[in-house]
Amino acid sequence: MSSINTPLTGEDATKSMSTRETIHSYPRFLWKALGVATDGSWLFYGWMTLLTAIALVGANAWAVQVRDGMVLTNMSDHVSWGLYIANFTFCVGLAAGGVMMVIPAYLYDDEEMHHLVIIGEAVAIAAILMSTLSVVVDLGRPDRFWHLMPIIGKFNWPMSMLTWDIIVLNGYLVINVHIVGYLLYMQYLGKRPNPWWYVPFVFLSILWAISIHTVTAFLYCGLGGRPFWNTALLAPRFLASAFVSGPAFILIVLRAIRMTSDWKWSPRPARTLIQIIRISMAINLLMLVSELFTLFYTGSGHAASAKYLFFGSHGASGLVVWIWTAIGLNIAGTILFFTPAALRRGNLRILACVLCIAGIWIEKGMGLVIPGFIPSTLHEVVEYAPSLVEWKITAGIWAFGMLVLTILVKLIEAIHAKRLSPSNSHAL
Amino acid sequence: MTTNPATHLPVLDNQPNSRRGFMKACGATLGLAAWATALKPLTEWAADMNVDEFLQKHYRELKPDEKQAIFRRLEADCKAEHGVDVKIADPQPNDGVQFAYALNLSICIGCRKCAEACSIENNHDRKTNNSYIRVFEMEMGGIDFEKGDATYDHPVPQPDKFYMPVQCQQCENAPCVKACPIEATWQEKDGIVVVDYNWCIGCRYCEAACPYHARRFNWEKPTIPAEEINPNQGYLSNRIRPQGVMEKCTFCLHRTREGRMPACLEACPTGARVFGNILDPQSEIRWVIENKRTFVLKEELGTKPRFYYFFDE
Repeated sequence: MSSINTPLTGEDATKSMSTRETIHSYPRFLWKALGVATDGSWLFYGWMTLLTAIALVGANAWAVQVRDGMVLTNMSDHVSWGLYIANFTFCVGLAAGGVMMVIPAYLYDDEEMHHLVIIGEAVAIAAILMSTLSVVVDLGRPDRFWHLMPIIGKFNWPMSMLTWDIIVLNGYLVINVHIVGYLLYMQYLGKRPNPWWYVPFVFLSILWAISIHTVTAFLYCGLGGRPFWNTALLAPRFLASAFVSGPAFILIVLRAIRMTSDWKWSPRPARTLIQIIRISMAINLLMLVSELFTLFYTGSGHAASAKYLFFGSHGASGLVVWIWTAIGLNIAGTILFFTPAALRRGNLRILACVLCIAGIWIEKGMGLVIPGFIPSTLHEVVEYAPSLVEWKITAGIWAFGMLVLTILVKLIEAIHAKRLSPSNSHAL
Repeated sequence: MTTNPATHLPVLDNQPNSRRGFMKACGATLGLAAWATALKPLTEWAADMNVDEFLQKHYRELKPDEKQAIFRRLEADCKAEHGVDVKIADPQPNDGVQFAYALNLSICIGCRKCAEACSIENNHDRKTNNSYIRVFEMEMGGIDFEKGDATYDHPVPQPDKFYMPVQCQQCENAPCVKACPIEATWQEKDGIVVVDYNWCIGCRYCEAACPYHARRFNWEKPTIPAEEINPNQGYLSNRIRPQGVMEKCTFCLHRTREGRMPACLEACPTGARVFGNILDPQSEIRWVIENKRTFVLKEELGTKPRFYYFFDE
């Protein structure tokens, strides 16, 4: 972490622009960035068009849902949260998982990780946007969104865990937008970033990443009326699985960058991420076993949801396929990650990432949020499977998140390759 | 992500750039048009709304004249939409009153008259046959909801069963109130938990938090035939709810705060229901709590329900 130890005076000496100039050239930076973000190969245009099309389908489905009511979803008074909140939970984990690049880079002074860490932060930004959207589309009255804002609305803080979640998610977004924005702009100007402007925020973001997923777990485990969620193990489990899905997702993004640009780096950062995934997945599976033992060996009423989830009950078994698929994907992905081949740059590594991401998406969503409602608090078994509208909206949110991520990564790559700099006359 | 070599040559940058820029401008215009089309249903939805409604403050921050204006607006809306003259009142909690409810499980026959009366009194959606009360047919030998059935469809009472109606328990330590991120639901002085239907954002966290399945969501705009609309409405209780907000049992506060009994009690043919002010030593509810072996649902959760169940000897 040499940059942190550099005294500020040495930094000032290298300055070629005044603070005023730095601020004034910012609009130009944005304008050029817009140019770079909209320039690319046919593959790039095809990818962006595809994502836009999916996002449009989602936006339209949402607009119809707002107009005609949430009756268009398959949720009910028995299962009152569904795919949206399931996806929300996963996306928060994805955002928190980015911290697993930040910790090696800043706490362990891993120089190479340091060069790539901004990609993890970009993933966090896209993931936070996706989680926020997942909550917005779950609201029956999005027009009353302002009621949630402190001061002008009525913010039930500190009592409601949802207010805590709003604070930590928005805070995490702001911190990451600041870090990424500042570092990119400085790199664009060819200036050494002033550590005082971002290092404290990086350390804050480490704590904050843990907090977003902990608070999201508290949303569920704080409800005494839902025994399936009401376990102290929920937050640690959320974090462990986030530290698999986050790095796995970042590995895929890194591969995409390597395949579409001339940016080169050594295999070490990816190997660090894989070591993290190996340990986190092992801890995650251990906690899952521990949870299942407590539920099933005790055999109390607490096991009713787990029984429904894993084996079906009262003739209903809608989630059985989901959860066993998740377990299969997670175990297969974990085994692949533990093979030596995963440390090499091959397709096997990407396959392992995809398996674990899909497995955790199900485990945290359809496998955790939905069974909390089945059986209901009065032990009625009403099943749930997402409707077409819910799938469209969720796909739209993912497409939007990937649009944002693609643009961020494109800018990061262009600035790294010095195609985007003050002297370069790139414009629309 | 290949780079366009032309962009690196300022001498030549006019021709290719302007063509590219033109293409981008076309793309952006097309894109904007596509987004506007995709989101068009929102404008159809917003056509029904007005600015006053959008900017309306939280119930507890409204001044008396602001409240009156809102009630008149809601009455006019109902007239315009259903052609029915309704009266929206706002009875306040009375001093020295704490409501409680008790239900005698020995004589409840599971006829669901209470649930039906609730539906009519509270202007519930008729399409879904909504009601704040669910009646469970339970097996003798224990109070195990796991063996209960709320969807029974046969003559009652069955000889080997007992019946257990469940509605909002008006918990003193209500998990739903704690959960709400925007204070759209709160407990009134007389113990009744209410919802400001014009403030709720419909996140349904309260519904997840409630251990008694007492809350309902308006998944769509409730439909009620005009001739079945109950015109005596309370702002915080039985007025017709908007789409996309939560609702719940209010112990019929528009009746009970004016000295009447809840609709479910009046409808009960066996007299299984007892309602009243527990602060009044002469009340029947007080007698039941003091003399019967009562219990509350899920006592271990610490929610302190105001709804008691009891059996006769």
